[in-house]
Amino acid sequence: MRRRFDVMPSMPEGDRRRPDRDRRSPEGDRRERPSRARGPLPRRSQLLVGLLCATLGFALAVQVHTTRSTPSLAAARPEDLVSILDDLTARGDRLRAEADSLTATRDRLTAGGQESTAALDEARQRADTLGILAGTVPATGAGIVLTITDPQASVRSDVLLDTMEELRDAGAEAMSVSGVRVVTSTYFLDRDGGVEVDGRLLRPPYVFLVIGDPRTLAAALDIPGGVLDTVRRRPGASAAVEQQPQVDVTALRALVTPRYARPAAAESGSIG
Amino acid sequence: MIPAIALVLGVALGLVFQPGVPLWLQPYLPIAVVAALDALFGAVRAQLDGIFDDKVFVISFVANVLVAALVVFLGDQLGVGSQLSTGVVVVLGIRIFSNAAAIRRHAFHA
Repeated sequence: MRRRFDVMPSMPEGDRRRPDRDRRSPEGDRRERPSRARGPLPRRSQLLVGLLCATLGFALAVQVHTTRSTPSLAAARPEDLVSILDDLTARGDRLRAEADSLTATRDRLTAGGQESTAALDEARQRADTLGILAGTVPATGAGIVLTITDPQASVRSDVLLDTMEELRDAGAEAMSVSGVRVVTSTYFLDRDGGVEVDGRLLRPPYVFLVIGDPRTLAAALDIPGGVLDTVRRRPGASAAVEQQPQVDVTALRALVTPRYARPAAAESGSIG
Repeated sequence: MIPAIALVLGVALGLVFQPGVPLWLQPYLPIAVVAALDALFGAVRAQLDGIFDDKVFVISFVANVLVAALVVFLGDQLGVGSQLSTGVVVVLGIRIFSNAAAIRRHAFHA
């Protein structure tokens, strides 16, 4: 510092000409004189001042570095830390409770999803079964092909109806007559030169595609006094039964929405 | 000149070594630094006023640091540590500002 004092008066020396500086420069001179008189002491205190300044710079740099590098928690006070910890604990509890409830929700949804998948499978299966019964989906499987040739048109609707009933009794699951799907509402009407089935006029030969146990169906048609007998007794008519491992009943029937009947909710559950 | 060089040297040493602050010193070091800064600004102002004295600077520097640390320590013991440190920083800040204003008047005549 002393040195600076020596320097300082000399530094503004150029300013000394300026009147406002005149007050200062004599003051500097006055200070300068006793300092030299003190001898080695100024030097020591000078070093002390320098040491303090160095310490300050060092501490400043260290503190800045510490503040920057360490997370703020390291410098926080115990009571602050306690309150922060409390906050964190409360938040952790809250989040844990939330996680628990979300886990429960997820489990419930997963279980519900499995249940609904099973229900969906079952419903789909039932829809397939009902579709085969109602004639809205194609069906395939073992069965027979019954061909009734009747060039003289002597086979009338009553024979065809008997045939259908006989086949149903024998366990036919899906059936079509010359491209018309046979369902519960199927009817046979006599027409000139043929038979009308469900609004379509069919002419001989009549081809029954039937899915069911082939041997049972064939046996049911072949009993004495049965369908084959009846047909062969008509003039010019003949019938042939072929058992086949795969019969495709591809004829479909449009689904008719019932006008009056509605499913009763309580009963529908007990069917399955 | 020496103090300025020493200050720069201290900063450089601190930046080079980057020592960790011991735990017991951590609450006091920031306050002590601010107090020392106050002493330094006061010294610069006294220098510009032409009334600088080594002894006064050394004593005020050390006393500032010690008193600031003591106040923080007492505050910690009394449970009002953070508030008291804030108060110390505010007071020292005001002093630093007034010293800086005086220095500014000297340097820029404004």
